[in-house]
Amino acid sequence: MLAGGLLSGVMYALVALGFVLIYKASGVFNFAQGSMVFFAALTFVSLTERGWNLWLALAVTLAAMVVLGMLTERIVLRPLINQPPITLLMATIGLTFVLEGLSQLAFGSQPHGLELGVPDVPLQWLSDKWNISVSQFDLFAAAVAGLLVAVLAVLFQKTRVGRALRAVADDHQAALAVGIPLQHIWTIVWAVAGGVALVAGLMWGVRNGVQYALTFTALKALPVLILGGFESIAGAIVGGLIIGASEKLAEVYIGPMVGGGIESWFAYVIALLFLLVRPEGLFGERHIDRV
Amino acid sequence: MLYREAGQFKSTYAQDQQIFPIAQDRVAFFALMAVAFVVVPLVGNQYWLGAILTPFLVLSLAALGLNILTGYAGQLSLGTAAFMAVGAFMAYNAMLRIPHLPILGAFAIGGLCAAAVGVVFGLPSLRIKGLYLAVATLACQFFVLWLINRVGWFSNHSSSGVITAQEIVILGYPVKHAMGKYLLTLAVVVVMALAAKNLMRSETGRAFMAVRDMDVAAAVIGIPMMRTKLLAFAISSFYCGVAGALYAFCYLGTVEPEAFVLDLSFRVLFMIIIGGVGSILGSFLGAAFITLFPIFLSVTSKAVEQAFNIELSGAVVSNVEAIIFGGLIIFFLIVEPLGLARLWQISKEKLRLWPFPH
Amino acid sequence: MKGDVILSVEGVSLAFGGVKALQGVSFDVKEGEVRAIIGPNGAGKSSMLNVINGVYHPQQGKIRFKDKAFADMNSHEAAALGIARTFQNIALFRGMTVLDNIMTGRNLKMRCGFLQQALWLGPARREELEHRRAVEEIIDFLEIQHIRRTPVGRLPYGLQKRVELGRALAAEPALLLLDEPMAGMNLEEKQDMCRFVLEVNDHYGTTLVLIEHDMGVVMDISDRVVVLDYGRKIADDVPEKIRGNQQVIDAYLGVTH
Repeated sequence: MLAGGLLSGVMYALVALGFVLIYKASGVFNFAQGSMVFFAALTFVSLTERGWNLWLALAVTLAAMVVLGMLTERIVLRPLINQPPITLLMATIGLTFVLEGLSQLAFGSQPHGLELGVPDVPLQWLSDKWNISVSQFDLFAAAVAGLLVAVLAVLFQKTRVGRALRAVADDHQAALAVGIPLQHIWTIVWAVAGGVALVAGLMWGVRNGVQYALTFTALKALPVLILGGFESIAGAIVGGLIIGASEKLAEVYIGPMVGGGIESWFAYVIALLFLLVRPEGLFGERHIDRV
Repeated sequence: MLYREAGQFKSTYAQDQQIFPIAQDRVAFFALMAVAFVVVPLVGNQYWLGAILTPFLVLSLAALGLNILTGYAGQLSLGTAAFMAVGAFMAYNAMLRIPHLPILGAFAIGGLCAAAVGVVFGLPSLRIKGLYLAVATLACQFFVLWLINRVGWFSNHSSSGVITAQEIVILGYPVKHAMGKYLLTLAVVVVMALAAKNLMRSETGRAFMAVRDMDVAAAVIGIPMMRTKLLAFAISSFYCGVAGALYAFCYLGTVEPEAFVLDLSFRVLFMIIIGGVGSILGSFLGAAFITLFPIFLSVTSKAVEQAFNIELSGAVVSNVEAIIFGGLIIFFLIVEPLGLARLWQISKEKLRLWPFPH
Repeated sequence: MKGDVILSVEGVSLAFGGVKALQGVSFDVKEGEVRAIIGPNGAGKSSMLNVINGVYHPQQGKIRFKDKAFADMNSHEAAALGIARTFQNIALFRGMTVLDNIMTGRNLKMRCGFLQQALWLGPARREELEHRRAVEEIIDFLEIQHIRRTPVGRLPYGLQKRVELGRALAAEPALLLLDEPMAGMNLEEKQDMCRFVLEVNDHYGTTLVLIEHDMGVVMDISDRVVVLDYGRKIADDVPEKIRGNQQVIDAYLGVTH
């Protein structure tokens, strides 16, 4: 049970990673991350269902996400430079609706199953030996997530681009003033976030099928971010694991007492309690209001 | 030329403080009220009254509630639909369990219960702001809906969770038809909108806006943080609760908890973004836009279907709707963040000068 | 009574983590006087004002205002006692008009509840108009009638400072704290501001404590001056004596001592 929770936590973390990337690099909370996940997964699945080769479909979808990133930067972000964060947030809410409509308009709205070549089947020896039900796919997902995190961490900490991204997140105008090409940076970030969304979308797609409800899973990323801090990659992972695990455990242990269905709100209430005690999350930084 | 302030002098502060300081505006407002209360019921048909104007009014009230909280007081809320649900279900229960309760009393009880819920879920606003607060309201949205679904008492233990709003009887006359429901809704909404306008131009409104603009400074000049924020939640939720009750009694008839999902909260948020945050008029303009737009779209799609001899499925139309909504949000945020209300203000200012250029 | 001590700062020490903003600062302010706090940047002047009106709480020491002693008064209580202030970086409410901003200064004097306000007719209306009258007097005094309906965010810096002064005055304070009221102003604006400040002191008898960098202004308008450097008080006297004080000169020139 715990293992199942932890592994769904990995899934949450993957989605949360996309949020963290964009927030870390542009100070924007990208409400549309969920619909980006949906769009990526849907594009991929529609291509493979038409008989396209897996790797080709992957490449094309990735390219589509990059184009999406560029368009978003051009049409949505550039005109709104230096607006207060709440305006940008609302713009991403608008973007969510555009993406959802576009995805379903282009590819239809039936759910699709997704196959990636790794079967979603419990590992025999684990369930025999320790009575844990962990599927091969779960391990694959965890491995992919780990790899992604490592790559991103290196990107942010070690490279010049990473440093520029952190500067941009802090202060748009100041970053412009020191000559950081804001537009290029944002395009890169959104494209990378699009790539992360693709990975997340594929993982979720195999587990739950590619359907509209995927966008709501993204909303679950919010509690993950609150626990982990909006700016920490490690936090996204840890937060995801905690939320995933506690959600499952709550459903199993508390659920029967109150009629079930706790999963719809439990994560949010946990986040709420966390906010009251430690608003900056486990890994975040305190913000002090000065007058 | 017609819309001129020349010659309209204010010699007392009382005159300056009016809601409509310009005489032409006053005339226009009373004319609008006359049309709304008298002409429309006489001329309007069942469809327009029941399916367009009544929900427009109800959603305007909800948008007004959200505007008070998010537009004036700056506390972002995604729980509007949950507050409406509380209002609807509690008004139903009040009518069910309290004999001889007048309908307005039921609405008030619905509103007060919603206000109580609002205060509870508004408590986090004392410590957290912005996006974090939005998450707290999301918790409210999901939790409240789950509670209403799970706890049978709310739906009088109906197996499906669906309730049927009772018949409205005012002073012995049953209000059954679209016209009566429209007039009741109109009356409630007009009174509450006036109250809201009065509140927002008084100290309460100023305190809300101070908290929105710079809460640290507001505290320093003596504005009580806790009281102000919780009052914002309470009043806003009251409005949303009454809107929910009206939604159930005057529009939907049979109500299920699914009518109040997150999607509705987003719709109301869109209304205030497009209509204008921090503006009473904006709430109405936004609600009108979002209510009328799908109709406009379906009329257009039918025209397109006929013109090009093609079939457009419902899914296509609703997806196009979503795309256009999203696009409009982005458009308004870029071009006119203060929404339709500001555009209205600007056109009035241009009208003052017309036909002169400056 | 004019001349009595109205505010007394006693041994106040304030630290943020490892940074010692104030160390054992003591001075008093007499009713009706104009007291300046000066010192090089980072001396702790703004922190001192923040302690006086309850935004920061000192780790040690007390503030005594009108016979009440505090170590941990909060800013709301300070406002209620009659302490008002302006801020270095202008803390006006940008979304509201000048008139509304100044009206918020009257909030502690408003008695009507929100239900009465929703009704408007009757007590709420009367109260609103009465306070409007008081605020209009301040608007006349500060000569900002022409911008009363302008949203504050659109005003130039100098006018914003004047509006902020208006908001502080609206509270009819006993003690007014001004944090660099002349900062960023040209000569004419400074003269206007000086005139207003002196009028406030003369006409309303308000006690003023101000932080100011312009030495000319300080010497001209203040009765007594406190000099801070690195969080400590290094001088406390009338302006003429401060001008020649070697320690003060050293502090400003950056000579270590």
